Amino acid sequence: MKDLANKTVTELHALMAAGDTTPSEITKAVAVRIAEEEPVVEAYVTTLVDQAEEEASACDARVKEHGLAGTLDAIPYALKDNMCTDGILTTCSSKILSNFKPPYNCTVYNRLEDKGGILIGKTNMDEFAMGSSCETSALRRTTNPWNPEYVPGGSSGGSAAAVASGMAPYALGSDTGGSIRQPAALCGVVGMKPTYGLVSRYGLVAFASSLDQIGTFTKDVEDCAVVMDAIVGHDAKDSTSVPEQHIDMLTGLKSGVKGMKIGISQAFMGEGLQDEIRKSLDEAIRVYTELGAEIVDVDFTMLDYALPAYYLIASAEASSNLARYDGVRYGVRAEDYDGLVDMYVKSRSEGFGDEVKRRIMLGTYALSAGYYDAYYKKAMKVRTLIIQEYKKVYQSCDLLLTPTTATTSFKFGERTANPLEMYLSDLYTVPVNIAGIPAVSIPAGLDAKGLPIGLQLAGPAFSEDTILKAAWAYEDQTRYTDLRAPLQKK
Amino acid sequence: MKISKEEVGYVADLARLSFDEAQTEKLQGDLSAVLDYVAALEKLDTTDVKPTEHVLELVNVLRPDVVGETLPIDKVLANAPEAENNAFRVPRVVE
Repeated sequence: MKDLANKTVTELHALMAAGDTTPSEITKAVAVRIAEEEPVVEAYVTTLVDQAEEEASACDARVKEHGLAGTLDAIPYALKDNMCTDGILTTCSSKILSNFKPPYNCTVYNRLEDKGGILIGKTNMDEFAMGSSCETSALRRTTNPWNPEYVPGGSSGGSAAAVASGMAPYALGSDTGGSIRQPAALCGVVGMKPTYGLVSRYGLVAFASSLDQIGTFTKDVEDCAVVMDAIVGHDAKDSTSVPEQHIDMLTGLKSGVKGMKIGISQAFMGEGLQDEIRKSLDEAIRVYTELGAEIVDVDFTMLDYALPAYYLIASAEASSNLARYDGVRYGVRAEDYDGLVDMYVKSRSEGFGDEVKRRIMLGTYALSAGYYDAYYKKAMKVRTLIIQEYKKVYQSCDLLLTPTTATTSFKFGERTANPLEMYLSDLYTVPVNIAGIPAVSIPAGLDAKGLPIGLQLAGPAFSEDTILKAAWAYEDQTRYTDLRAPLQKK
Repeated sequence: MKISKEEVGYVADLARLSFDEAQTEKLQGDLSAVLDYVAALEKLDTTDVKPTEHVLELVNVLRPDVVGETLPIDKVLANAPEAENNAFRVPRVVE
């Protein structure tokens, strides 16, 4: 029994390289897993199983003759459904885009195709990436692979659940305030949000342009480095893409943390923190100390201000970005209307869900005459203060170690009645987006209910190599990334 | 801070959204709660702080003014709810 669906990308590559398996065997194993788990997990909006199996059989002959082009060659993967794929449905899990087949591909898709990747599906998400549980999706109800009564987190919950359940060897997501790291933590996988501008956003449907960043979901840290390495790089089609900046995430990955300074802040251990997560953090501190890292206490006074600033900035940018959905050029148009303006209003009111409308309203309010200075401009000033605080923090340490979330996963409906309660799910992840810095969430075991715990390592801009080195060292000691979600189909 | 029904109506109009009575009432509560929450920012003195619109120091990224590849018109119009004569069709705007 090869158990291919449970293997990491690196393991699958090694098996193919040794001639112990083939591209079509791997894609078949993932397809079988999708057939078994998808009815319960519902991670995908669209699956492309037949197409992927055809692609994989075409790979068989090529690989046999020419060998593998790289680690990602002939490996299936999934994309969040807000990444444009030519001729393939891209819905953002919204009614208003439920029929949208983009006329072009996003840059990350092109990069992965160049590496020989096989797209196996587009994953479910909170509508337009607004949410922390996937419950705002208008199309699917994704469940947590560790327990179907619990949410997978969000907004990239489908990508996290697909990787956690073996329905994709790896997946991409997008992270505006925690939308990769929070679901990665809740589903027990590795999730990384890189430095703003490191990965092209071309073809990523915009939510909050100054915060959005594409990143990865993988089963372990080495896979994270491999996939990150494949998608980073300058892209002339994204004007916020940083000029060529080479970060070697692979060479020094396993070189250890001796002498590294890891910062800990009491600010992230407030009263809402689940006891078991606090214990995981203590364990990680012990692990790092034993490995020769130095633990440093740092102040982080801005935590309570990051989330309010985030909701103003993100909603303001969203209200502007989502103005394009008007039923004219693409997307769903209302059926009955009286004139042009009424067509706009009805198409938008019928096409958007409650959370999206709430954020458009908040953002429009914060940008409207008389409130701009008090809300939007104030938030942008606080953004400056948060950036300054991080600069200070990273003068005394290399990385900041915190929990990814204050609690493990929660049940469906538990946080939907009060929007603020849902927003608080992102308390520990949001500051990172505001400062545009990179961070990873790594699995740190299970709580008493059997739900995954995640820890977050964040570093200064372009420190992905250091972050992954520290993440790998922790993984190597604890082996929490070896844990796999129990299958729904026994 | 309590948002009035009229304010919800005014902002909805700006955002090209419409809400019925019950939705308006729910939004009044939700938006007021969020605005109360973000009022925490008032505690910070930001008098001499410069706002950050964007974390990168990139400005005016330009490219040569040369015509590049464009998408075929029929492919672009394939997504249009209504199209006619290589254009998007909308309800009559000028009488």
